[in-house]
Amino acid sequence: MPEKLKITIAVTALNNTDNPGPGIPVIRGIKESNLIDARIIGLAYENLEPGIYLKDLVDTTYMIPYPSVGKEAYMERILEINEIDPIDMIIPNLDAELFTFIKLKHILEANNIKTFLPTEKQLDERNKGNLEAFGKKYNIKVPKGLSITSYNDIHHLKDDFEYPILVKGKFYDAYVAYNEEQVTNAFNKLSAKWGLPIIIQEFVKGTEVNVVALGDGLGNTIAAVPMRKQYITDKGKAWGGVTLNDETLLSITQNLIKDTQWRGGMELEMIRTTDNEYYLIEINPRVPAWVYLAVGAGQNIPEALVRLTMGEHVEPMTEYEVGKIFIRYSWDLIGDMSDLEKISIHGKF
Amino acid sequence: MKISNHISVSKSGFVFDSKTGESFSLNNTGREILELLIEGRSEDEIKEYFLTKYDVQETTFLRHFDDYIQMLMHFNMTEKE
Repeated sequence: MPEKLKITIAVTALNNTDNPGPGIPVIRGIKESNLIDARIIGLAYENLEPGIYLKDLVDTTYMIPYPSVGKEAYMERILEINEIDPIDMIIPNLDAELFTFIKLKHILEANNIKTFLPTEKQLDERNKGNLEAFGKKYNIKVPKGLSITSYNDIHHLKDDFEYPILVKGKFYDAYVAYNEEQVTNAFNKLSAKWGLPIIIQEFVKGTEVNVVALGDGLGNTIAAVPMRKQYITDKGKAWGGVTLNDETLLSITQNLIKDTQWRGGMELEMIRTTDNEYYLIEINPRVPAWVYLAVGAGQNIPEALVRLTMGEHVEPMTEYEVGKIFIRYSWDLIGDMSDLEKISIHGKF
Repeated sequence: MKISNHISVSKSGFVFDSKTGESFSLNNTGREILELLIEGRSEDEIKEYFLTKYDVQETTFLRHFDDYIQMLMHFNMTEKE
């Protein structure tokens, strides 16, 4: 057996809550790899992110500021951590931090910290507000969409859309609205949480199907596993799902990765209508929280992502088990106040 | 009548549609009919099988069989031959 790749990997999104981040599932994939011997550094935004206390998965966690503090302050903290605890690579797992990491890639590289992320252009063109242009460019059906920034725009929506419509936040969250009043409510909630613009999208009726995939940046699909949510929380998150045998969905994914030369993990969110048409409703520029289902089905996407980041050649994975299911559960971790003290006062646990 | 090739049924009557992710539970009769359809048996062959094996009137069988086929079509479990 070849010697395992010994590396230190920093991972964000340890918020394994009812609105889970992908950090812990990504770490589970890496820890189960036969090719990688990783020491995991958790990067946490809040001191009660469950991943901080999962010591069998996360070796040490450091608190970091939200990206909204500005690129310089954010990077200063990352480099400070790197001084104390040298990092070989970072896997950012949240949409809201990707722009910062992409912008600061050169500084990370200069400090021997590797990343494997989409380019700024790739990140920007799949933005929720740009989805229509994206669909046109890459020949994929997308629902009609519009970015709005003020209350005045809400009144005019009826000229272009038929209710119900979807009202989406810049990064996360979406509401179905059946009238102007509901759009206004959703607008207030989403703008308070994620800022502007708010994205209005035509409501396409059908079944939501998703794909977790990994592109090597050269047009090759290294991994792709389609899934249908079987149990959805009130936040719209998958609490259970099943892998699918959907060749059309896989072919759409492969074409998209080829045409965009996508680099890194991604999640495609699509609607399959009763006429078997597929509408792309969103591209998330990182792996989703359900990525561990792909590991369970035979494609260890986090392992492949690490190997690509470290410059290894990774052969595309084409097989996976259809009918693999995942069911999330909640579990009470018991700790001491001194644990909370360490992360709160010293920013390290 | 052809059952889509992404439909599978277990001995316990659990049906899984690997394209849509839907699953269903069938009783023994439903399972037997679906298995015969998957094998490619015709409606007449299935009718003969049931009339021989079970104490059922032809009209009663056909009425329920038609209902069942409609249900399979409704759940997109069939495809055009």
